Amino acid sequence: MIYGEIGGSRTKRTVTGMARVLRALHLDGMLLSGLVAVTLFGLFVLWSAAGDNTSLWFSQVARVGIGFSLLALLSLVPDRFLRMLSPVAYLLGLVLLVIVALAGDIGKGAQRWLDLGVIRFQPSEIMKLAVPMMCAWYLHQRPLPPALRDVGAVLLIILLPVALIAEQPDLGTALLVAASGLIVLVMSGLSPVYIFGGVAILGAAVPVGWHFMHEYQRQRVLTLLDPQSDALGAGYHIIQSQIAIGSGGVFGKGWMNGTQAQLEFLPERSTDFIFAVIGEELGLLGLIALLVGYLFIVGRGMAMALQCRDAFSRLLAGSIALTFFVYAFVNAGMVMGLLPVVGVPLPLVSYGGTSFVTLMAGFGILMALHSSRKLVK
Amino acid sequence: MRRVRIKDEALEQRMFFQRVLLASAVVALIAIALLSRAFWLQVVQHAHYVELSQGNRARIEPLPPNRGVIYDRAGRVIAENTPAYQLELTREQAGDLDETLSRLVRFGLLEPGEVGRVRQLVNSRRTFEAVPFLLQLDDEEVARYAVHRHELNGVLLETRMARHYPYGRVGAHALGYVGTISEQDLSRVDRERYFGTGVIGKTGIESAYEGDLLGTGGYREVLVNAEGRPARLAEGSDPQLKTREPQAGRDLRMTIDIELQRVAEEAFAGRRGGVVAIDPSNGDVLVFASMPSFDPNGFARGISRSDYIALTENPDQPLFNRVLRGTYPPGSTIKPLMALAGLENGVIRPEDVTNCGGSYSLPGSRHRYREPRRGGTHGPVDMRRAVMKSCDVYFYRLANTLGIDRIHDSMARMGFGEPTGIDIAGERGGIMPSPAWKKTVFKAREQQVWFPGETVIVGIGQGYWTATLLQLAKATALLAMRGQPYQPRLVRALVDPETGAVEEKKPRPLPRIELKDPANWEIIVDAMVAVTTGGTAAAAARGASYSIAGKTGTAQVFSVGQTEKYNEKEVAERLRDHALFVAFAPAESPKLAVAVLVENGGFGSSAAAPIARAIFDAYLVGAPPP
Repeated sequence: MIYGEIGGSRTKRTVTGMARVLRALHLDGMLLSGLVAVTLFGLFVLWSAAGDNTSLWFSQVARVGIGFSLLALLSLVPDRFLRMLSPVAYLLGLVLLVIVALAGDIGKGAQRWLDLGVIRFQPSEIMKLAVPMMCAWYLHQRPLPPALRDVGAVLLIILLPVALIAEQPDLGTALLVAASGLIVLVMSGLSPVYIFGGVAILGAAVPVGWHFMHEYQRQRVLTLLDPQSDALGAGYHIIQSQIAIGSGGVFGKGWMNGTQAQLEFLPERSTDFIFAVIGEELGLLGLIALLVGYLFIVGRGMAMALQCRDAFSRLLAGSIALTFFVYAFVNAGMVMGLLPVVGVPLPLVSYGGTSFVTLMAGFGILMALHSSRKLVK
Repeated sequence: MRRVRIKDEALEQRMFFQRVLLASAVVALIAIALLSRAFWLQVVQHAHYVELSQGNRARIEPLPPNRGVIYDRAGRVIAENTPAYQLELTREQAGDLDETLSRLVRFGLLEPGEVGRVRQLVNSRRTFEAVPFLLQLDDEEVARYAVHRHELNGVLLETRMARHYPYGRVGAHALGYVGTISEQDLSRVDRERYFGTGVIGKTGIESAYEGDLLGTGGYREVLVNAEGRPARLAEGSDPQLKTREPQAGRDLRMTIDIELQRVAEEAFAGRRGGVVAIDPSNGDVLVFASMPSFDPNGFARGISRSDYIALTENPDQPLFNRVLRGTYPPGSTIKPLMALAGLENGVIRPEDVTNCGGSYSLPGSRHRYREPRRGGTHGPVDMRRAVMKSCDVYFYRLANTLGIDRIHDSMARMGFGEPTGIDIAGERGGIMPSPAWKKTVFKAREQQVWFPGETVIVGIGQGYWTATLLQLAKATALLAMRGQPYQPRLVRALVDPETGAVEEKKPRPLPRIELKDPANWEIIVDAMVAVTTGGTAAAAARGASYSIAGKTGTAQVFSVGQTEKYNEKEVAERLRDHALFVAFAPAESPKLAVAVLVENGGFGSSAAAPIARAIFDAYLVGAPPP
């Protein structure tokens, strides 16, 4: 029944003018409209969150342009080429991470940026895509579900960059990169025994991990458990964002009318905590709208993954779609006080260049993998 | 037998489909969890959060802790907290910050030079945080504020506890002071701990024990209206505001005797210099005076730029801590230690006689190392007489016999060349020279060579040798204790003001110096007693009801030419020698060891020894200084 959809005859019958253009560009109309809708919603909220700082809003608009251009460009790349590129991208990312780590030792403190003179970027952003690509590349030529040896190899592929990123220290990105790789592993049909075993080991490793955490990272976990214990410090963010969301109610205080946000009670309101601005100004309805948008994107992404023609494409496409949801969940969970404060932006909405562009690159790849299936016939 | 597995595309597709279903279920569960949380916050708890936010916002107001009180060894308060008026500025309420600042200048509440600093400070603090910028207002300033209050948006007059030093400039260099927290301070401390606190320990004990004195801040959630001013709720509503009480910092008991300190400082009679007095039996520093001193209350009040510049540009350098950071040639004060090194190394016996003809020349050299005093020939001297009369020729010869390596090792054991480890920061270690030291300091090969002549002048505490007053006092205490040194300390105990729990700090004994022949201690002490009975310090010790073991010294500020005669009166005051005196008393059962330096004071006997005498009298006899 899956093949039926790929079969082509039905598609041809329903082709309209617009759809023909999209197809020629290897773009997926449904996913694209979901992305555009959420992005426009995000720009709408950002206008309010940015306050007087209109230049911030315009620079985000510029990034949106760059992001969608990159999506269009990447969607044209054949899946074969993406597959060949995977180990290259991964190794390049790894080398850059090592360079950053060494430079960081000299500079003291957190060093995430690589300055190439013309552009500055975080090698960890590359890894958000390169790690799932590498995992999918490694697994696609091996029999699935993966044997224990292959599981070990994939875990190593994940662990190397994650350790380097966590050491920067950037725990949030490290966890997201780890998630993107682990999702590939789970989607490849990893035996439930391994999954539950892994969860059990992780649970046992918590005290050990605690030992290796930086003081500020521990503080964030403790603060989550009891925000009032540190009402002046890290707890301040969580308390203020919950007040913002809670006081928004069902209908919100109205766009540009959030007192928490507009009077600067809410920290980081245009970046990591913009979710609270939505909750305060647009209320529960605004949050539901955003969540529906996210679910639509994830749902369409997974549907596209199902239609992909080989294991590499399936696994990578599935990981891109699900990792996107993990971003959304981690950010929303953090802002609403369900998860510790980790620096993860709200996907497609938060101000900040690299995050938006990386997401769009991911969806570009997703579309490329999906469109390659048509060449099968 | 191993089963060979091959890729099965159909199986993999089926499996992937199952996993997509599983993932969809997980995504749905998470979405439900997020929605439930949003529902909880926005519907169930809505009223609670509205109360905290809309109309009446929750603001966190700091409850600064009381800073620990500092007592001297007799329990007299030397640093306390007194209520004082201070001006605080909240950026968000000021409207136009620059306009408010320029008005403050116009009304005489802020110096023009301070505007930049205050602006920077206000901008670096948290939103809606009131930043104290003028501490301890006097009555006139309060009146001026009252008149112009309506023109000063965001500026509030608050009553806060402020630091006060009742003894003013007495002991200021040991005690240190607190001052307004600067942007620089904030960058190296945990900002959160200083929420609501306007001051931080800058130097001395106030800085070294900052972590103990500070305490833990509390906070209180207050309801404020849209302008950020405190507001009230209607009867009967419960906003569930939280409060955490602050915990006061720990009180300190210092080793300083503030009245003895005052005696010492007054004995300087306006001259520059420093004095340290140590209880040799435990390392307690009873007197720690660097003269001239300064009034720490000026800093606690928020010192103005012009006052600060006046202090830093004063040629007498009142802010320079001469005891902690001043390094001087120890001069003749180290002769007893040199004699001890000679005995210990077996190169000389107490009864060995050197004939002092007024100068000493190294074998094969025509350079003459001279006695400083006019007509300074001592004739035949043994060890006791050499110490008593401070005969340079005796010690030139002794140094040459010992050689620099043995001198260096002996003196390093006594603590020269390294900080004493006193419990305040910034101590310097001076220089205990040696050929190895010279190699590390000089770059040019020809300058790295150690010359015998350099050994000779080290023998009388000159040349490259520099020491701090703390080192001299510690070495003197070591002699007093016949070999048992202690690390000098300024704090004896920490007291928790709420529970009354006392944390006594134990004296820190350093490795004991064992002599091959313990009788040598008494030979040296005997020679030092002779200094105050018939030697160079006899005048200063006259009439004392206890015995003093001491040694005078002079440290050359500039060198005298080979054939010139040194005339104290003709030399400009700033080029005159520093006067030094080290002593302990009573000689047989020492209770106090003292090291005094009077900058450009001339001879140790006339300038420095009377200061030590005044301290001994006050401490041992209780009599006021003559």
